[in-house]
Amino acid sequence: MYRKDGESYFVVDGHVHFWDGSPANQANVHGAQFIDCFYDYHKNLSPAEWLWPKEKFYKYTEADLLHDLFETGYVDKAIFQPTYLTDFYTNGFNTTEQDGAVAENNPGKFIVNGSFDPRDAESGLRALEALRKRWNLQGVKLYTAEWKGSSRGWKLSDPWAFRYLEKARELGIKNIHVHKGPTIRPLDRDAFDVADVDVAATEFTDLNFIVEHVGLPRLEDFCWIGTQEPNVYGGLAVAMPFIHTRPRYFAQVIGELLYWIGEDKLLFASDYAIWQPKWLVEKFVDFTIPEDMTEYPALTPDVKRKILGLNAAALYDIEVPAELRARVVAQPEAEVAVGAST
Amino acid sequence: MPRAVSAALGTVLDPELDESIVELGFVTEASVVDGAASIRLRLPTYFCAPNFAYLMVADAYDAVTSVPGVRSASVVLEDHFAATEINAGVAAGAGFVDSFPGEAAAELSQLRENFQRKAHTACLERACQRLLADGWTVDTLPGAHLRDLPVGDERSSLLRRRADLGLPLDEDATLLVDDGGEPVPSDQVAPRLRFARTVRVSIDGNAHFCRGLLTTRYPHAAADQQHRLRGSEGTA
Repeated sequence: MYRKDGESYFVVDGHVHFWDGSPANQANVHGAQFIDCFYDYHKNLSPAEWLWPKEKFYKYTEADLLHDLFETGYVDKAIFQPTYLTDFYTNGFNTTEQDGAVAENNPGKFIVNGSFDPRDAESGLRALEALRKRWNLQGVKLYTAEWKGSSRGWKLSDPWAFRYLEKARELGIKNIHVHKGPTIRPLDRDAFDVADVDVAATEFTDLNFIVEHVGLPRLEDFCWIGTQEPNVYGGLAVAMPFIHTRPRYFAQVIGELLYWIGEDKLLFASDYAIWQPKWLVEKFVDFTIPEDMTEYPALTPDVKRKILGLNAAALYDIEVPAELRARVVAQPEAEVAVGAST
Repeated sequence: MPRAVSAALGTVLDPELDESIVELGFVTEASVVDGAASIRLRLPTYFCAPNFAYLMVADAYDAVTSVPGVRSASVVLEDHFAATEINAGVAAGAGFVDSFPGEAAAELSQLRENFQRKAHTACLERACQRLLADGWTVDTLPGAHLRDLPVGDERSSLLRRRADLGLPLDEDATLLVDDGGEPVPSDQVAPRLRFARTVRVSIDGNAHFCRGLLTTRYPHAAADQQHRLRGSEGTA
């Protein structure tokens, strides 16, 4: 819980990792380059006082994680999003099992999400059932750009992806987090394209699709599908830290998202350990849309409360403290923003 | 950097960021010795999308070999996971599909056109904002022609993107047209501009991020970056 100026904020960090990117775990040059790329993200957008040495960034401890999220970071509940990357890392980069062990050590602190890969076909469906049973999954994190043998990625609109989404529905896994990133197959298309999310969200209206990184670098395409699909949400990991380096740009991104997607469908996330929730929460609560940007509405404490925790709490049935519960409003009917049909 | 080669490279854009690879600081060497040009390029991350990387390397090759006096060119992309395939493919004039046998299904013309349309939308939004600041209104904008747009960055960038899409460039041409050149009906102007702003914010945001990552990866790169004139974060 974060309190400031008489306001209280229940904080759900919708996207945290407990990874091992250390040289000992790197399977090849891509593993080394992947964690180095994450480190550049960390360096590029973090305040100087929050920079970690590279060795710590490669592999941090459970104590670091608990300290940074819960002791100093104001986080009430954190959602683990796995990133397997088994082609790059011998033991995987950040698997459900690694996350789950930490969650079991610290009851009540974490939600463990799993993952699936439609390229695993029939055997993967059985593995998903087992994963659901073992970790009581409410959600999965999908990484459509993940390499696998000679395949460089897949799409949510693939027939096998539909089989997996049907299985998720059957198992009661209702939150589908989707990460978009570069992939080299099919090379001729845009791997950041979120159009396949649109196809899946239309077909599976009872599942929630959380597009991580709000579709960046294709914000406009995400906004477009978000206005048309009531079950599409935006995860703010990667967008949040611009609040420090580029506050005016952050204002524009949040302003656009509030216009197209709305205050009920945006989820705060740090992407820990790329960034730290403490400074993100503090800066977000202090943030106001610059006065000259008259085209955007004010970012009120009620809107911030929803983004920081109440929206994610609704998706994951997280109990909210009584002092905030009265503020939880029913989800409005899907609104289509003006102009969305053009 | 020899001026003609530098100018030629200046016309090569990063298709996603809609900025010149020279201004972005992606060019680390451009020299000509006895008619043989040598160009080196770098990108913000090792995993930058290979399709866009290929377009930049191929466009750089075409731009440099069109400079009078240049008889041959070597364009080398460095520090990228697909550098070997891209460099060899461009050098051989192989085309994208043959540079990645079994992995690419089509050439990149559709991808390029998609991003040319986004760039046109963003430039059109800037041009309309300029006209609105000059006293035009949403109701009168459908009557605006290219001659109404004052000389400046908004005008030159819009004309370039219109040329890319094959849209008319004469002074009497209608300014507010869709990507196919059709005038935008008056009742569509406001929503069209609203979405165009989102496109512009997205492209500008990507450029911020990529410029920052380049200087994080190559600490001396900041000195090579030139910032575009127009205020991409709106008026301060």
